[in-house]
Amino acid sequence: MSGTPHDHYASGHDDQAHDHDHDDHKPVNEHDDGPPGEYEIMSRAMQELLEQKGIITAEQVTKRMEQFDEEFPYHGGQVVARAWVDPAFKQRLLADGRAACAEMGAMLEAERLIAVENTPQVHNVIVCTLCSCYPRALLGMPPTWYKSRNYRSRVVFEPRSVLREFGTVLPDNVTVRVHDSNADMRYLVVPMRPAGTEGWSEEKLAGILSRDTLVGVTVPRLPA
Amino acid sequence: MSGSASLKSTYTPAPEHRFKVGDKVVVKTAHPPGHRRTPQYIRGKQGVIERICGAYPNPEELAYGFDGKPERVLYRVRFFQTHVWTGYAGPANDIIEMEIYEHWLDPAGAQS
Repeated sequence: MSGTPHDHYASGHDDQAHDHDHDDHKPVNEHDDGPPGEYEIMSRAMQELLEQKGIITAEQVTKRMEQFDEEFPYHGGQVVARAWVDPAFKQRLLADGRAACAEMGAMLEAERLIAVENTPQVHNVIVCTLCSCYPRALLGMPPTWYKSRNYRSRVVFEPRSVLREFGTVLPDNVTVRVHDSNADMRYLVVPMRPAGTEGWSEEKLAGILSRDTLVGVTVPRLPA
Repeated sequence: MSGSASLKSTYTPAPEHRFKVGDKVVVKTAHPPGHRRTPQYIRGKQGVIERICGAYPNPEELAYGFDGKPERVLYRVRFFQTHVWTGYAGPANDIIEMEIYEHWLDPAGAQS
Protein backbone atom coordinates (compact mmCIF):
# COMPACT_ATOMS: atom_id res chain seq x y z
CA MET A 1 0.00 0.00 0.00
CA SER A 2 1.27 3.43 -0.79
CA GLY A 3 1.48 5.96 1.96
CA THR A 4 -0.99 8.73 2.48
CA PRO A 5 -0.36 11.77 4.60
CA HIS A 6 -2.08 10.46 7.69
CA ASP A 7 -1.81 6.70 7.68
CA HIS A 8 1.25 6.61 9.90
CA TYR A 9 -0.86 7.17 12.97
CA ALA A 10 -2.95 4.13 12.18
CA SER A 11 -3.79 1.45 14.75
CA GLY A 12 -3.22 3.45 17.89
CA HIS A 13 0.53 3.43 17.49
CA ASP A 14 0.87 6.89 18.93
CA ASP A 15 -0.50 5.92 22.33
CA GLN A 16 1.58 2.79 22.51
CA ALA A 17 4.71 4.62 21.52
CA HIS A 18 4.41 6.77 24.61
CA ASP A 19 3.58 4.15 27.15
CA HIS A 20 7.03 3.82 28.59
CA ASP A 21 9.69 5.73 30.41
CA HIS A 22 12.21 6.73 27.76
CA ASP A 23 12.63 10.46 28.43
CA ASP A 24 13.05 11.63 24.87
CA HIS A 25 9.85 9.95 23.81
CA LYS A 26 7.55 11.50 26.37
CA PRO A 27 4.14 12.46 25.07
CA VAL A 28 3.69 15.97 23.86
CA ASN A 29 0.80 18.32 24.27
CA GLU A 30 -1.09 18.93 21.10
CA HIS A 31 -2.02 22.57 20.97
CA ASP A 32 -2.69 22.87 17.31
CA ASP A 33 -5.59 20.66 16.42
CA GLY A 34 -8.03 18.07 17.68
CA PRO A 35 -9.16 17.36 21.19
CA PRO A 36 -6.54 16.88 23.93
CA GLY A 37 -5.14 13.37 24.16
CA GLU A 38 -5.63 10.97 27.04
CA TYR A 39 -2.32 11.86 28.66
CA GLU A 40 -2.92 15.57 28.39
CA ILE A 41 -6.33 15.23 30.04
CA MET A 42 -4.83 13.10 32.80
CA SER A 43 -2.03 15.59 33.30
CA ARG A 44 -4.39 18.54 33.50
CA ALA A 45 -6.74 16.71 35.87
CA MET A 46 -3.82 15.74 38.11
CA GLN A 47 -2.53 19.29 38.23
CA GLU A 48 -5.98 20.65 39.10
CA LEU A 49 -6.42 18.11 41.87
CA LEU A 50 -2.99 18.81 43.32
CA GLU A 51 -3.69 22.53 43.25
CA GLN A 52 -7.10 22.13 44.86
CA LYS A 53 -5.55 20.07 47.66
CA GLY A 54 -2.92 22.74 48.17
CA ILE A 55 -0.03 20.40 47.40
CA ILE A 56 1.35 22.45 44.53
CA THR A 57 0.61 25.84 43.03
CA ALA A 58 0.33 26.86 39.40
CA GLU A 59 3.31 29.15 40.00
CA GLN A 60 5.46 26.18 41.00
CA VAL A 61 4.53 24.35 37.82
CA THR A 62 5.37 27.38 35.69
CA LYS A 63 8.66 27.85 37.53
CA ARG A 64 9.62 24.22 37.00
CA MET A 65 8.94 24.56 33.28
CA GLU A 66 11.20 27.60 33.18
CA GLN A 67 13.89 25.60 34.95
CA PHE A 68 13.78 23.06 32.12
CA ASP A 69 14.82 25.84 29.78
CA GLU A 70 17.72 26.74 32.05
CA GLU A 71 18.84 23.11 32.30
CA PHE A 72 19.10 22.88 28.54
CA PRO A 73 20.63 26.10 27.28
CA TYR A 74 21.12 26.66 23.57
CA HIS A 75 24.64 25.70 22.47
CA GLY A 76 23.93 24.92 18.84
CA GLY A 77 24.91 28.31 17.43
CA GLN A 78 28.36 28.20 19.02
CA VAL A 79 29.00 24.68 17.75
CA VAL A 80 28.08 25.50 14.15
CA ALA A 81 29.96 28.82 14.23
CA ARG A 82 33.07 26.88 15.23
CA ALA A 83 32.47 24.47 12.36
CA TRP A 84 32.24 27.42 9.99
CA VAL A 85 35.62 28.85 10.99
CA ASP A 86 37.47 25.59 11.65
CA PRO A 87 37.27 23.02 8.82
CA ALA A 88 38.97 20.33 10.91
CA PHE A 89 36.37 20.80 13.64
CA LYS A 90 33.62 20.61 11.05
CA GLN A 91 34.96 17.27 9.84
CA ARG A 92 34.99 15.96 13.41
CA LEU A 93 31.45 17.25 13.94
CA LEU A 94 30.19 15.50 10.82
CA ALA A 95 32.03 12.30 11.76
CA ASP A 96 30.93 12.14 15.39
CA GLY A 97 28.60 14.85 16.58
CA ARG A 98 28.60 14.12 20.27
CA ALA A 99 32.38 13.91 20.60
CA ALA A 100 32.82 17.20 18.73
CA CYS A 101 30.23 18.94 20.93
CA ALA A 102 32.00 17.60 24.01
CA GLU A 103 35.16 19.38 22.85
CA MET A 104 33.24 22.62 23.21
CA GLY A 105 31.83 21.72 26.59
CA ALA A 106 28.38 20.86 25.30
CA MET A 107 27.75 17.50 26.93
CA LEU A 108 25.05 15.56 25.17
CA GLU A 109 24.94 12.74 27.72
CA ALA A 110 23.36 9.72 26.10
CA GLU A 111 22.38 11.50 22.95
CA ARG A 112 24.06 10.36 19.77
CA LEU A 113 24.24 13.23 17.38
CA ILE A 114 24.37 13.11 13.60
CA ALA A 115 25.31 16.45 12.07
CA VAL A 116 24.17 16.87 8.47
CA GLU A 117 25.60 19.57 6.26
CA ASN A 118 23.64 21.79 3.90
CA THR A 119 25.33 22.29 0.54
CA PRO A 120 24.35 24.09 -2.67
CA GLN A 121 22.86 20.73 -3.75
CA VAL A 122 21.20 19.48 -0.55
CA HIS A 123 19.04 21.08 2.13
CA ASN A 124 18.43 19.11 5.33
CA VAL A 125 15.44 19.35 7.65
CA ILE A 126 14.74 17.43 10.86
CA VAL A 127 11.52 16.02 12.29
CA CYS A 128 10.44 13.29 14.66
CA THR A 129 7.17 11.86 13.37
CA LEU A 130 6.65 9.41 16.22
CA CYS A 131 6.91 11.90 19.09
CA SER A 132 9.25 14.86 19.37
CA CYS A 133 12.83 13.60 19.63
CA TYR A 134 15.11 16.62 19.69
CA PRO A 135 18.72 17.28 20.73
CA ARG A 136 17.71 19.13 23.89
CA ALA A 137 21.18 19.20 25.39
CA LEU A 138 22.35 21.11 22.33
CA LEU A 139 19.35 23.13 21.19
CA GLY A 140 17.38 23.57 24.40
CA MET A 141 13.72 22.70 24.70
CA PRO A 142 11.95 22.07 21.40
CA PRO A 143 9.64 24.80 20.14
CA THR A 144 5.91 24.13 20.15
CA TRP A 145 5.69 23.92 16.37
CA TYR A 146 8.28 21.13 16.33
CA LYS A 147 6.04 19.07 18.60
CA SER A 148 2.85 19.90 16.73
CA ARG A 149 1.07 17.20 14.79
CA ASN A 150 0.84 19.60 11.86
CA TYR A 151 4.63 19.84 11.49
CA ARG A 152 5.34 16.20 12.30
CA SER A 153 2.85 14.80 9.83
CA ARG A 154 3.34 17.28 6.98
CA VAL A 155 7.08 17.86 6.77
CA VAL A 156 7.72 14.25 5.78
CA PHE A 157 5.46 14.25 2.74
CA GLU A 158 5.29 17.92 1.71
CA PRO A 159 8.55 19.35 3.05
CA ARG A 160 8.76 22.10 0.46
CA SER A 161 5.34 23.46 1.39
CA VAL A 162 6.23 23.46 5.08
CA LEU A 163 9.57 25.12 4.41
CA ARG A 164 7.84 27.77 2.33
CA GLU A 165 5.62 28.57 5.31
CA PHE A 166 8.82 29.23 7.26
CA GLY A 167 9.95 31.55 4.44
CA THR A 168 12.42 29.05 3.01
CA VAL A 169 11.91 28.59 -0.72
CA LEU A 170 14.21 26.09 -2.41
CA PRO A 171 14.68 25.60 -6.14
CA ASP A 172 13.85 22.18 -7.55
CA ASN A 173 17.50 21.41 -8.29
CA VAL A 174 18.24 21.43 -4.54
CA THR A 175 17.48 18.05 -3.00
CA VAL A 176 15.35 18.30 0.12
CA ARG A 177 16.60 15.67 2.54
CA VAL A 178 14.20 15.03 5.40
CA HIS A 179 15.48 13.19 8.48
CA ASP A 180 12.91 11.40 10.59
CA SER A 181 14.54 11.28 14.02
CA ASN A 182 12.58 8.14 14.82
CA ALA A 183 14.87 6.00 16.97
CA ASP A 184 18.17 6.50 18.79
CA MET A 185 19.92 9.30 16.91
CA ARG A 186 19.48 13.03 17.23
CA TYR A 187 20.20 15.45 14.42
CA LEU A 188 21.80 18.84 13.86
CA VAL A 189 21.76 20.72 10.57
CA VAL A 190 24.99 22.54 9.70
CA PRO A 191 23.73 25.38 7.47
CA MET A 192 25.76 27.00 4.72
CA ARG A 193 27.69 30.07 5.81
CA PRO A 194 26.16 33.06 4.03
CA ALA A 195 28.26 35.33 1.86
CA GLY A 196 29.12 38.61 3.53
CA THR A 197 30.22 37.02 6.82
CA GLU A 198 33.92 36.83 5.92
CA GLY A 199 36.11 37.79 8.85
CA TRP A 200 33.29 37.58 11.40
CA SER A 201 34.11 36.32 14.88
CA GLU A 202 32.62 33.03 16.05
CA GLU A 203 30.46 34.98 18.45
CA LYS A 204 29.07 37.16 15.70
CA LEU A 205 28.49 34.14 13.47
CA ALA A 206 26.66 32.36 16.29
CA GLY A 207 24.32 35.34 16.39
CA ILE A 208 22.79 34.44 13.03
CA LEU A 209 22.52 30.73 13.86
CA SER A 210 19.06 30.56 15.33
CA ARG A 211 17.54 27.34 16.57
CA ASP A 212 15.33 27.15 13.48
CA THR A 213 18.35 27.22 11.16
CA LEU A 214 19.79 24.19 12.98
CA VAL A 215 16.54 22.26 12.59
CA GLY A 216 16.61 23.22 8.93
CA VAL A 217 13.33 25.08 8.56
CA THR A 218 15.13 28.36 7.84
CA VAL A 219 18.58 29.37 6.63
CA PRO A 220 20.88 31.91 8.28
CA ARG A 221 20.64 35.42 6.88
CA LEU A 222 22.59 38.61 7.43
CA PRO A 223 20.83 41.13 9.66
CA ALA A 224 18.83 43.55 7.54
CA MET B 1 24.54 17.59 33.72
CA SER B 2 26.82 14.62 34.07
CA GLY B 3 29.58 13.43 31.79
CA SER B 4 33.12 14.42 31.06
CA ALA B 5 35.34 15.21 28.11
CA SER B 6 36.28 11.54 27.96
CA LEU B 7 32.89 10.55 26.59
CA LYS B 8 33.13 7.67 24.21
CA SER B 9 32.37 8.00 20.55
CA THR B 10 28.78 8.41 19.50
CA TYR B 11 29.06 5.39 17.32
CA THR B 12 29.04 2.10 19.13
CA PRO B 13 30.56 -0.62 16.99
CA ALA B 14 28.45 -3.19 15.22
CA PRO B 15 31.07 -5.75 14.22
CA GLU B 16 28.44 -8.08 12.80
CA HIS B 17 25.87 -6.61 10.52
CA ARG B 18 23.71 -8.11 7.83
CA PHE B 19 23.71 -5.12 5.49
CA LYS B 20 26.39 -2.76 4.27
CA VAL B 21 26.24 0.83 3.06
CA GLY B 22 24.61 0.97 -0.39
CA ASP B 23 22.60 -2.25 0.00
CA LYS B 24 19.03 -2.09 -1.23
CA VAL B 25 16.58 -3.07 1.47
CA VAL B 26 12.84 -3.29 2.03
CA VAL B 27 11.21 -2.41 5.33
CA LYS B 28 9.04 -5.25 6.54
CA THR B 29 5.31 -4.91 6.20
CA ALA B 30 4.29 -6.00 9.65
CA HIS B 31 1.99 -4.63 12.29
CA PRO B 32 3.00 -6.25 15.55
CA PRO B 33 1.49 -4.80 18.72
CA GLY B 34 3.68 -2.99 21.20
CA HIS B 35 6.24 -0.23 21.09
CA ARG B 36 7.87 0.06 17.65
CA ARG B 37 10.16 2.77 16.33
CA THR B 38 9.50 1.91 12.69
CA PRO B 39 6.98 4.46 11.41
CA GLN B 40 3.88 2.99 9.78
CA TYR B 41 4.36 5.06 6.65
CA ILE B 42 7.70 3.47 5.79
CA ARG B 43 6.70 -0.17 6.17
CA GLY B 44 6.89 -1.99 2.85
CA LYS B 45 9.03 0.71 1.23
CA GLN B 46 12.36 0.14 -0.52
CA GLY B 47 15.45 2.14 0.30
CA VAL B 48 19.24 2.05 0.48
CA ILE B 49 21.46 1.72 3.55
CA GLU B 50 22.94 5.20 4.15
CA ARG B 51 25.05 4.37 7.20
CA ILE B 52 25.40 1.89 10.01
CA CYS B 53 24.72 3.69 13.28
CA GLY B 54 25.95 0.93 15.55
CA ALA B 55 24.35 -1.62 17.84
CA TYR B 56 21.94 -0.49 20.52
CA PRO B 57 19.63 -2.04 23.09
CA ASN B 58 16.40 -3.01 21.36
CA PRO B 59 13.87 -0.23 22.08
CA GLU B 60 11.01 -2.69 21.62
CA GLU B 61 12.28 -4.49 24.73
CA LEU B 62 13.47 -1.45 26.69
CA ALA B 63 9.95 -0.05 26.46
CA TYR B 64 8.69 -2.81 28.74
CA GLY B 65 11.47 -2.79 31.30
CA PHE B 66 13.71 -5.45 29.75
CA ASP B 67 17.41 -4.86 29.20
CA GLY B 68 17.15 -4.70 25.41
CA LYS B 69 19.75 -7.45 24.94
CA PRO B 70 20.92 -8.69 22.56
CA GLU B 71 21.62 -5.32 21.04
CA ARG B 72 20.31 -4.77 17.54
CA VAL B 73 22.09 -3.13 14.64
CA LEU B 74 20.62 0.23 13.73
CA TYR B 75 20.87 1.58 10.19
CA ARG B 76 19.98 4.83 8.55
CA VAL B 77 18.03 4.08 5.42
CA ARG B 78 17.52 6.51 2.54
CA PHE B 79 14.31 6.50 0.50
CA PHE B 80 13.24 8.49 -2.52
CA GLN B 81 10.17 10.50 -1.54
CA THR B 82 8.45 9.46 -4.76
CA HIS B 83 8.81 5.83 -3.61
CA VAL B 84 7.27 6.61 -0.23
CA TRP B 85 4.30 8.82 -1.05
CA THR B 86 1.84 8.44 -3.88
CA GLY B 87 1.64 11.77 -5.66
CA TYR B 88 4.66 13.32 -3.94
CA ALA B 89 4.59 16.91 -5.20
CA GLY B 90 8.31 17.71 -5.09
CA PRO B 91 11.07 16.80 -7.54
CA ALA B 92 12.20 13.20 -7.98
CA ASN B 93 15.55 13.83 -6.25
CA ASP B 94 13.98 14.61 -2.85
CA ILE B 95 14.76 12.05 -0.17
CA ILE B 96 13.77 11.02 3.32
CA GLU B 97 16.03 9.16 5.72
CA MET B 98 15.35 7.44 8.98
CA GLU B 99 16.64 4.87 11.41
CA ILE B 100 15.53 1.28 11.03
CA TYR B 101 16.62 -1.68 13.16
CA GLU B 102 18.02 -4.67 11.33
CA HIS B 103 15.18 -7.01 12.24
CA TRP B 104 12.81 -4.70 10.35
CA LEU B 105 14.77 -4.99 7.10
CA ASP B 106 14.86 -7.54 4.30
CA PRO B 107 17.15 -7.51 1.28
CA ALA B 108 15.32 -5.93 -1.66
CA GLY B 109 13.82 -8.61 -3.87
CA ALA B 110 13.59 -11.08 -1.00
CA GLN B 111 10.67 -9.76 0.99
CA SER B 112 9.30 -12.00 3.65
